[in-house]
Amino acid sequence: MGDPMRIRATESGGVTEVKILMKHDMESGQRKDATGKVIPAWHINTVVAKVKDKEVFAAQFGPAVSKDPFLNFKFKGAAKGDKLSVTWVDNRADTRTDEVAIA
Amino acid sequence: MNPKRREALRLMAVIGLMASTGLISQAQAAEWNKLAFDGKNLDEVLKAFGGTAAEKSGDVSLNAPDIAENGAVVPVGVSTTLKATEIAIVVEKNPNALAAHFTLPAGAEPFVTTRVKMGQTSNVLALVKADGKWFVASKEVKVTLGGCGG
Repeated sequence: MGDPMRIRATESGGVTEVKILMKHDMESGQRKDATGKVIPAWHINTVVAKVKDKEVFAAQFGPAVSKDPFLNFKFKGAAKGDKLSVTWVDNRADTRTDEVAIA
Repeated sequence: MNPKRREALRLMAVIGLMASTGLISQAQAAEWNKLAFDGKNLDEVLKAFGGTAAEKSGDVSLNAPDIAENGAVVPVGVSTTLKATEIAIVVEKNPNALAAHFTLPAGAEPFVTTRVKMGQTSNVLALVKADGKWFVASKEVKVTLGGCGG
């Protein structure tokens, strides 16, 4: 399982704003190491956010998303106390899920 | 057993187990639009999304710095008044043009911010799909130190 991500979800006026900081190297596959060999691409592919098993946001990342990806989005229909769960899967089939209660 | 092989088998087993318990659907695990992410320019990316041309729209707002201090971490925000179902960020001069794609299910606000790598000064394009059509707004972002390792 990957490293934990930091999630902050706050609800105000019916809109929940979510900020996520994921921990991932996000190698683009363009860099070379000291010997000149290309460092293979290693990056998150998909991110899915759900509340009560309903998808509220989804993202597909390419290698151009910065290291330790940051994501900020908003959605309606959740209430304080609801659990928001975020799952990412990378191109090595590693995955990470973290959950947080909406504040 | 070769440790790499064991690791691969373990991973497959874990994914399979997670899929069967419904933790992640197999479709979810595999759903990454490779064709779109291999696109070298806007047209190829749009084709991979099943679109043809993107119409320039003043209703799409693109938030990005004029000059990126660090090409490896360029904050980009997209928002729109259109009823967006999908948003995508394209960096024209990157080796692979599509940086990220977002799916907005019902209830999601048409707003997203993330950080992308830019290899060199380039136009950054915010693509928004609304009512089955693609719209675009663009902004030139100057990069002093490239973010792709070049």
